[in-house]
Amino acid sequence: MTADVNKTDGPGGARGGGPEVIKAIPVRHPLRYVSALIALGTLVAIVYAFAQSDKINWGALPDYFFNDRILDGVVETMKLTILAMVIGVVLGVLLAVMRLSKNPVTSSIAWFYIWFFRGTPVLVQLFVWFNLGLVFEYVNLGPFYKDQWSDFMTPMLTALLGLGLNEAAYMAEICRAGLLSVDEGQTEASHALGMSHSKTLRRIVIPQSMRVIVPPTGNEVINMLKTTSLVSAVQYLDLFRVTQQIGERSTATVEMYFLAAAWYLVMTSILSVGQYYVERYYAKGSTRSLPPTPVQRLKAALIPSRNLSGGLR
Amino acid sequence: MTAVPMVKAENVHKSFGSVEVLKGIDLEVAPREVFCLIGPSGSGKSTFLRCINHLEQVSGGRLSVDGQLVGYREKNGKLYELKDSEVALQRRDIGMVFQRFNLFPHMTALENVMEAPVQVKRESKAVARERAQRLLDRVGLADKAGNYPSQLSGGQQQRVAIARALAMEPKLMLFDEPTSALDPELVGDVLDVMRGLAEDGMTMIVVTHEMGFAREVGDSLVFMDEGVVVEAGNPRDVLTNPQHERTQSFLSKVL
Repeated sequence: MTADVNKTDGPGGARGGGPEVIKAIPVRHPLRYVSALIALGTLVAIVYAFAQSDKINWGALPDYFFNDRILDGVVETMKLTILAMVIGVVLGVLLAVMRLSKNPVTSSIAWFYIWFFRGTPVLVQLFVWFNLGLVFEYVNLGPFYKDQWSDFMTPMLTALLGLGLNEAAYMAEICRAGLLSVDEGQTEASHALGMSHSKTLRRIVIPQSMRVIVPPTGNEVINMLKTTSLVSAVQYLDLFRVTQQIGERSTATVEMYFLAAAWYLVMTSILSVGQYYVERYYAKGSTRSLPPTPVQRLKAALIPSRNLSGGLR
Repeated sequence: MTAVPMVKAENVHKSFGSVEVLKGIDLEVAPREVFCLIGPSGSGKSTFLRCINHLEQVSGGRLSVDGQLVGYREKNGKLYELKDSEVALQRRDIGMVFQRFNLFPHMTALENVMEAPVQVKRESKAVARERAQRLLDRVGLADKAGNYPSQLSGGQQQRVAIARALAMEPKLMLFDEPTSALDPELVGDVLDVMRGLAEDGMTMIVVTHEMGFAREVGDSLVFMDEGVVVEAGNPRDVLTNPQHERTQSFLSKVL
């Protein structure tokens, strides 16, 4: 699937004694230059349109970018993303296994869970968790814990439950697809060796399903990072809520939205790089040799490029 | 012949929905015997093989391995289905080799062979590794221990699969068309390993299209067609002088 064509053939001309190296004039692609120019021009026009506006105080962005409260918000957003995803993945794997189980009770429970949590908007779920005190006045765990609902259901817990339980429903479907993607012969071979159902799942099926599960999960992480901005609606001080607050008190309301967007972009970019390497790890054994990483490719491209004659002029 | 046969089938039936694939199979496999099953595709020979280690559940008759019913317990004239863990226990002693190898692609050859002894028998990794090395050496792949299945040829993969089955020290080995997915020049290596196993006295049931192997190595041979045993006997007799008309027409096509 990942057949990488090696276009930089190394210092091919330096090879002595072989057949004569072909020196042909490569096909020209003038349209590529034209389209690149159009794209660049459009970008410049958009940037200029924003930059020349005197209604936006651009100086506020660098002033606030590393503001302590903003950085706190960034940390909170990342914390929430990680914790909600952990809940989502653990519960999601469990639900996927339940859904595929031969036991009709467990598979029905999983089906019902997914039906409910996937079928209602996450913002609505957040508000429901936040206001559940109407139904349950107290949280009473006998001798261990007893408190009023409103004290128990902090913004943190509301956010984690709302995001995590919702995510579990999506992760369950992703994991189910992954488990089903593993060839049945693998299960048979494992059973024939005397391995139990759970051992087969843990040692043979789940590791192989990871290759199918990881890419959409990376997508889910990035999605989650952005969805956390909804928790500002239940009083949680995440990045978005902090920028909103600063924006309302100063006069830089819109500027703060730009700042929030920039921070979200920085975080999602870092996650994308992480995702690339995790995917590479789980491709182990499925391809004969892994394709080079972008860093390796850059190195390989830079070294022979010196003796390339027909480069960009 | 010893008193307890390794495999005993009495009137074994198997249906998938309304399709009856096995229509009453009777046969006995003695310990240390090499038992070959031949027949056209769809004759039920692979299904019968898969019934022996309960990858398929028989729907009628009695099938037992080493005197023990497969998949059921008989008490006071009633049959009780075995729990999954009990089925797993029965399968430990039966090795199986598949047509499509089914090696675990995320593990090296060595890890493939070590997996079951470590996970099922709770053997220490050192002991399992030592045996795995020895088994890979036996199938002629000592130098491929660190390779992943995708880095091995079909013949090499199948030999690793044989080593993997042997690692559980089975008393019976099932081969489900072990050479059918291989390039012709790779078949010989796999058959050599199987021949070596037979010489060491392993009880083997082999579903195969390799008539040469059946003739040379087989102790008995059964020709199956449409879910019944058509003809059985010494492989040399059946292959050179088939009595039944259906056997004759099948052999005239494959020989």
